[in-house]
This record gives sequence, structure tokens and C-alpha cells, in this order.
Amino acid sequence: MEKRELTCIGCPMGCAITVTMNGMEIKDIAGQTCKRGETYARKEVTSPSRVVTSTVVVDGGTERRVPVKTQNDIPKDKIFECMKALKGIHITAPVAIGDIILVNVAGTGVNIIAAKNIEQQHFV
Amino acid sequence: MKEYDIVVIGGGPAGLASALAAKENGIKDILILERDRELGGILNQCIHNGFGLHTFKEELTGPEYAARYIERVVDMKISYKLHTMVLDIRPDKVITAMNKEEGLFEIRTKAIILAMGCRERARGALNIPGYRPAGIFSAGTAQWLVNKEGYLPGREVVILGSGDIGLIMARRMTLEGAKVKVVAELMPYSGGLKRNIVQCLDDYGIPLKLAHTIIDIKGKKRLEGVTLAQVDENGKPVLGTEEEYSCDTLLLSVGLIPENELSGGMGVAMNPVTSGPFVNESLETNREGVFACGNVLHVHDLVDFVSEEAAVAGKNAAKYVKNQSENRVSAANSEEIVQDTKVCLKPVNGVRYTVPSTINPSRMEENQIVRFRVGAVYKNKTIGVYFDGEEVLKRKRMVMAPGEMEEVKLSKTMFLSHPNVQSITIQVEDV
Ligand SMILES: Cc1cc2nc3c(=O)[nH]c(=O)nc-3n(C[C@H](O)[C@H](O)[C@H](O)COP(=O)(O)OP(=O)(O)OC[C@H]3O[C@@H](n4cnc5c(N)ncnc54)[C@H](O)[C@@H]3O)c2cc1C
Repeated sequence: MEKRELTCIGCPMGCAITVTMNGMEIKDIAGQTCKRGETYARKEVTSPSRVVTSTVVVDGGTERRVPVKTQNDIPKDKIFECMKALKGIHITAPVAIGDIILVNVAGTGVNIIAAKNIEQQHFV
Repeated sequence: MKEYDIVVIGGGPAGLASALAAKENGIKDILILERDRELGGILNQCIHNGFGLHTFKEELTGPEYAARYIERVVDMKISYKLHTMVLDIRPDKVITAMNKEEGLFEIRTKAIILAMGCRERARGALNIPGYRPAGIFSAGTAQWLVNKEGYLPGREVVILGSGDIGLIMARRMTLEGAKVKVVAELMPYSGGLKRNIVQCLDDYGIPLKLAHTIIDIKGKKRLEGVTLAQVDENGKPVLGTEEEYSCDTLLLSVGLIPENELSGGMGVAMNPVTSGPFVNESLETNREGVFACGNVLHVHDLVDFVSEEAAVAGKNAAKYVKNQSENRVSAANSEEIVQDTKVCLKPVNGVRYTVPSTINPSRMEENQIVRFRVGAVYKNKTIGVYFDGEEVLKRKRMVMAPGEMEEVKLSKTMFLSHPNVQSITIQVEDV
């Protein structure tokens, strides 16, 4: 049986939780001091996911880059693939919060959206 | 000279929320002065998510959180000037500022809200021996370079200090292709949020070495490496624990200090513990009509509390302006000046400071939030509040850490049942 060591992020307590696994099956969860710890540990060992944030290049905007994020969390093991997909993307200003920058990033079914409003640069 | 009711110095989350609250409380003539090219403050470079969980019940990125307040400021037609640096504030509330269009100019105001935020501690404040080669950055500078400029400052990185900015940057640089070798922290505990340790370090297998420091820096022109050593209880390096790390970049994340040159200059009294002004229940400094909120008052870890605190400052500034115009009429009729009573808050036994540091019961709201930080990690303790030695409140805490701000709520009823209270003590104690 395999043991996985986790730190709960539910509160500053940061309980050290040990999950005992038999293949994909959870046999035991120990070390947490409250229910939140168990829920967190269960999710972390079965389907850990994260929101990924980064930036992409903007052309013709008041700024050079626009912050972007995955609209929802994506599987943790897709993070680097997601980062790779963002490399080389150029978008054109104006950009508004929520604009879709890339659909279905790294085959996750999740879109990349803009996280900042960027206006067009007007030259006088 | 142009005149305003309220001038807000700084257009970060504190400045924005305070201006909005002042406007909502009936003040028309408000001006925000911001030296940057946009509103939003430090949030503009904080592209990670995790902002606004308390306020909006969702995890926003910094720019998204800022945008919600900026949109309201624009909607409510609150005026602001960008690229405008405030240089001086006189005790009679004349502000000297500078920008390209107007050059050096002065404005007069009835009330001022200080919302200048904080800046990072510089390396000079640390004591690292060796040359000063290129490749050493504060974590915040690195954050600005990567997130705003799209420039990766180095490939092999060591981070000193486990504050949140350092942790966030460990992940950010890893995602951009750098190798972050280690995060070293002088204290036996991390200064950052638990969530950041897990999601920024553990997720990427970056080791966190507690009770470690850098004892040597290698390289003359460009950084080539650092030597790490463990430290004992007195913070002294332990012989024989030295480890070499080759790296081209060192990020320093060793804390923030409120940016208070302006406040000091106008005679605002400073709390040496927070490096921010002493304030009363209204978040007013010892200078009447001068309020403070956000990171310039005390360093916050959660922006939600910055916005909440700033709204209180804005509301009280509005009240002050309104009272002042009324008082000018009534003062002519009456010689009498009401002598305000002030109750002092005393942080003791593990509590490092409180904001506010005094409360005038006649001016407080139904509930008064008192924010503070503790000086060490405490598990299974209580926070005790005493009015002249008599216990009025006990709150159990599973864990408290210096990196996470704490608060207790004092109610008007407590003051009503202790009409002559002189001082309030807040302390950490055994269960
Ligand atoms: C790197 C980092 C990561 C963070 N991560 C999180 C997080 O994940 N979640 C969370 O909730 N909180 C987070 N925070 C905390 C939160 O962002 C801050 O507490 C908040 O931004 C503070 O707001 P403020 O308005 O007081 O200061 P700031 O945002 O610093 O704004 C101050 C403004 O005042 C302006 N100013 C200063 N001096 C002058 C002058 N003389 N004249 C004109 N303008 C001036 C500055 O240019 C600036 O725009 C983080 C903070 C940092 C630094």
C-alpha cells in the first residue's frame, strides 16, 4: 500500500495528512483535525486541479502583455502543457476581462480567458 | 489653489475603496492621486488568483479584483489623476504634487486619506556579505519584470525569505521555465500563507528550508551561486551545515514596510511596530482629518480586509467633512468643546500591535473590529480581551501565526457595561 503525505490548505493550521492508497482506492485518511481536511485530501489524491494564470502578448495595446487565466481549474498534470499552449500567442487590443483567448486548452475542455481590460494605443 | 473635500493619496485597492465609501456617504469633491500610469496599485502585477474570496466568494486575479473597484470609481464619476506623484503634505492639509501636464502644483483639502501602500525591504537592510553582482532582485521587482514586461530575470533561482511574494514568484518562474532550487527562510516558520506553500512550492517539488540563511554570495559581475547555512535559535549560522547552490538569480522576499515618508513629514505619529500611523477607531491619525488605510497603515495579507478597512476610513472621512461644515456654524454659538475620552488598547503577551490603538466609545460603531498580529506560531490558545483587567471576550484559536492577520470584534454593549474603562488589554493565553 502506498502512503501520500499532504499539507491541508483549509486553514493556517496546515494539518499534515497521510492518505493510504491501494492503487486508486483510498484506504485511510489520517492526521486531519477537521472535516475540511478529509475533503481536501480526498480531492488531492483522486483529482487534483489548479487554476493556471499567466500572460500573453498584446499587440497595439496600452500594455505589452495581458494577464490570462484558465476559466476553471484544470488537472494538475496539465499545467505545463497549458503553459506551453500559451507560448507565442499574440492577441490584438482592445481586450476585455472574460474575452476568450484560447479554447479548450491542452484538451482539458477549459478555456483561457483575459483577466484585464487593455485599451487600444492611439498614436497622435 | 484648487480645493477638495477629500484627497486620497494612492489609487490601489485601499485608495479606491475609501474613495467609493466617501462618495457613497455624500461627499462630492473627491480626488485620487496616483503616481502610476493606472489605478489598481500592486494588484496590477499580482496576476495569480486568490483575491476576493471573502468579498466576492470567488477567486479573482489581482487585476480582476482591481477592475471591479475601478469600474465603480469611473461609474460614480470620482476624479483621479494618474502619473501624479504627491511630494509633500503640510499640516494645514495643503498637498504638493507633480505631473507632466501641470508641473508642480498645490491643492487644499478638508480631509486626507493616506493609502500609499508599502514597499519591499531592500537588500541593504539585510546583512549578506560578499559582492553585489547583477542577478539579485527583490521578489516584487521580479514579479513586475515577469508579469508586466514579459522578461524572465534568470534561469536558476534561489529565493531568500518565504513571504507570499517569494512563494508566488517561485511558482511563476518555474512555470516560465526557470529552475527554482530552494527557498530559504531565516525563521523556524514560514511568513507566507499555507496555501501558497502547498500550491507554489510543494506542487513543483521546490524545497523550503526553514531556519536557514544565506551566508555567502558568489560572483563579481553576475551572480554565480550562494552558500546556505542552518541557523541556531539566536539566528547565528551553524558551522558545518553550509551548502552551495549555483544560481544566476537571487530573489529577496524579506518583508514589506509601509510607505510613510509623506505621513511622517506632516507630523503624523508612527507606531514603531507596524511602521504605520497610530490611528483611532475612525482610522484617523493624530492629525485631525487625516485618515489611513491599507498597507500604509499595517501590512495586510488579504486584499479583502484592505478594502473593508478602507471603506471604514472613507466613511469616517466623509463624516469628518460633514461635521466640520456643521461645526463651523455651531462653534460660533457655543464656547464649549466636548472633551473626548480615549480608551487605549494595549497589545501584550504575544500580541504585537493593534489597529486601532485607541477607541473613543462615543464615536464607535455598533461593532469595532480590532486587527492585530501575533509574534510567534501559537497552537490551541485563546485570545483574551480585558477591560481594565476584567475579561470581556475570549476567543479560541486552533492556530495563530505571524503571517496571518487576526481580528476580534468589540461591541458597543461591552463599552456600555464598562462606562469608565481606561484601557483594553488584548493577549494570547492558555486555554
Ligand atoms: C506580491 C503580492 C502578492 C499578494 N497576494 C495576495 C493574494 O493572493 N490575495 C490577497 O488577498 N492579497 C494579496 N496581496 C495583498 C494585497 O494585494 C495588498 O494588501 C493590497 O494591494 C494593498 O493595497 P493598498 O492600496 O494598501 O496598497 P497598494 O496596492 O500598494 O497601492 C498603493 C498605491 O499608492 C500609490 N502611491 C504611493 N505613494 C504615492 C505618492 N507619493 N503619490 C501618489 N501615489 C502614491 C502607489 O503607486 C500604489 O498604486 C498581495 C500583495 C503583494 C505585494
